[in-house]
Amino acid sequence: MSKGRPGPLARGFDRIERGLDRAFGPEWNPLAQLGPLGWFLFWIVTVTGAYLFAFFDTGLTETYASIEWMSRAGWWHAGLARSLHRYASDLMVVVMFTHLLREWALGRFRGARWFSWFTGVPIIWFVYMSGITGFWLVWDRLAQYVAITTAEFLDTLGIFGEPIARNFLSPAHLSDRFFTLMVFLHIAIPLILLLLMWIHIQRISAARTRPPRGLAAITLGALVVAALIAPAPLNGPADLSTVPQAVGLDWFFLSAYPVLERAAAPLVWIGAVVGTVAVAALPWAPPRPPREKPAEVFLDHCNGCERCVADCPYNAIRMVPRSDGAPFAFEAQVLPDRCVACGICMGACPSSSPFRRSGGLVTGIDLPDLSLAELRAQVIAAAEALPAKAGAPRVLTLSCAHGAGHEEAPGRVVMPCVAMAPPSMFDFILSRGLADGVVIAGCAARECHNRFGRAWTEARVARARDPMLRERVPRERLLTVWAGPTEAARLARETSDFGARLAGLGPLQRVRPLSEEERAEALALGRQTIRRAAE
Amino acid sequence: MTGRVVHLLTGGAVSLALFLAVAAVSQWPSWQSVPDEAAVIRLSLRHGGVRACRPASEEELARLPPNMRLREICDRRRAPVHVRLVLDGQALIDRAVPPSGLWGTGPSRLYARFAVPAGPHQIALWLAENPEGDGARWELARQVTLTPGENLAIDFDTEAGGFVFHEGRREDG
Ligand code: HEM
Ligand code: SF4
Ligand code: SF4
Repeated sequence: MSKGRPGPLARGFDRIERGLDRAFGPEWNPLAQLGPLGWFLFWIVTVTGAYLFAFFDTGLTETYASIEWMSRAGWWHAGLARSLHRYASDLMVVVMFTHLLREWALGRFRGARWFSWFTGVPIIWFVYMSGITGFWLVWDRLAQYVAITTAEFLDTLGIFGEPIARNFLSPAHLSDRFFTLMVFLHIAIPLILLLLMWIHIQRISAARTRPPRGLAAITLGALVVAALIAPAPLNGPADLSTVPQAVGLDWFFLSAYPVLERAAAPLVWIGAVVGTVAVAALPWAPPRPPREKPAEVFLDHCNGCERCVADCPYNAIRMVPRSDGAPFAFEAQVLPDRCVACGICMGACPSSSPFRRSGGLVTGIDLPDLSLAELRAQVIAAAEALPAKAGAPRVLTLSCAHGAGHEEAPGRVVMPCVAMAPPSMFDFILSRGLADGVVIAGCAARECHNRFGRAWTEARVARARDPMLRERVPRERLLTVWAGPTEAARLARETSDFGARLAGLGPLQRVRPLSEEERAEALALGRQTIRRAAE
Repeated sequence: MTGRVVHLLTGGAVSLALFLAVAAVSQWPSWQSVPDEAAVIRLSLRHGGVRACRPASEEELARLPPNMRLREICDRRRAPVHVRLVLDGQALIDRAVPPSGLWGTGPSRLYARFAVPAGPHQIALWLAENPEGDGARWELARQVTLTPGENLAIDFDTEAGGFVFHEGRREDG
């Protein structure tokens, strides 16, 4: 497995996130919660918007007067709501682009993940349109600037019979109806945005749309304090008999406006279309790494238990009526175009037992690029590569390709996700004396590259979720280390501390080593599947 | 638990710092859309150009039902109208404005905006349906004094006699 190792950008994110881990703790790290934060901010904007609406008047002078009242007399409730509405929207832009950049940096936009990426792109436009229509409603100098610049720009399309900008020619040209239209747009566009956000997470199972409570509290609390310290600005009332000269722009939403004002309109339109298409097409852009092969079901070993369905983070497996006459109602079926080949399903399947000998080592659901048989062969080979120093415990590392142990090293097996190793694999390693202890080195605790790898591994090892670690496995000989790609040193340190602890435990009990015959068969089987995968 | 409290405080402090930065960028730095010493002239007009017509021949008239026999047959397409805006002797606009609509059946529309230095200006406007021939034409010449930041809107309305000035707030009333 050499695909998708963390690149320089992913390492950069990891370094920043480590800093934030210190301030927020891994569970509340905002960079690991950008999607959920986006949803949370959306709801803050919705609730505060509904509150503002109760105090909002539509009309040439009434509009501004109502906003002015909110910001002055009603500063402590409606004014606060207005500031929250504004800053939560601004933050949504920040969160959205950081989320985009992060998914891109982590390489989580190719292959089966194209859907989330592709459906994220229209979200950008709708976030912008939602925000921009909001500025008009204030009907202050900034609103006037935004209204006129937008109208003049839209008019360059030439698809509106009467130029929209004519509405703002002079005070005599503007009618109350215009505000009614803008209110309608400012409600309708965010509703479409909500629909798009919902579509965006359809290929993700149990998508996190709510940040952890602590982070939600921090975010809301800090927003309220910021809104009280620096209330949202309100410029003088719009006055169509004059032009806004210097305007305090909201650079999150309006940074394109100076360009709209100065650049040739066709250029801007072409730029917007080309930019959107280019971002939307990134999942298919070169370099195109070969697509990971999706998981495969082997019906002879599937009893329809649904564990794989419960554990797949990408909604890529479903249960369908039995097709082979076996005495079970259902069988698992992989939806290949949704599968990211994380292998978590293999780790979940009760048939995934490395102890099995007779015939080939086939499980209910297997990963062609790194099958259970191959994983077992790699484990045996890695164990044999461990330095055999008398008295020094042998520590085998099973590590994920996105964390601190992503690089090949002696005594280490790298896989797409540590949760692809079933707990019986740890049992196998220890009971067959392949090593004195096992380090399970996953990605950073704040977020799993494959979403649920860490949660499932912890729960299986804690014997809280099927398939559970067998009671006979000495828990103290397993160490889980959750560390990002720039934390190789920490992984090394924790591994050596673990080794020291193992030395204190003395030799493994009740070991039944692999016979020469078993060993040869396991290695041969692994090679076979490697060959099968290469075909 | 104490770890959580610490994270609430440190995380809250980091968030607050970020949000205050966001609040700042939400209004600052300001953007100079129009120079402080400038005013703006906007010209917006809408006027249907004439259709080319010719007298109908006897044969053509005979083909039509009696109640639809018109003396003239006209193109659907309108002719462009010619517009000129001259500021202090310099032509800012001087062109033929084509009709709108896919088939050129709609009126000619024009919307233009110019930032000009504040102060006194001589503005001359001219619109002709047929500059070469003797079609209808409207003209207006006027001396204005624009204050900084003023928006002078010029509209066109044949019923009001042609060009209409919607003057901004004027110091000289
Ligand atoms: C404010 C707008 C957005 C919100 C609220 C949002 C929300 C979310 C959420 C909740 C998830 C699921 C996270 C999880 O449960 O693990 C997600 C995943 C994802 N988002 Fe967004 N998103 C937004 C914009 C975007 C944009 C603009 C892009 C890129 C063009 C994007 C790309 C992705 C990708 C690729 C994933 C999948 C990650 C994976 O496969 O694990 N999102 N988003
Ligand atoms: S490998 Fe298995 S768990 Fe992972 S996405 Fe594919 S089907 Fe789901
Ligand atoms: S976990 Fe294994 S046995 Fe259970 S349904 Fe999935 S493939 Fe079948």
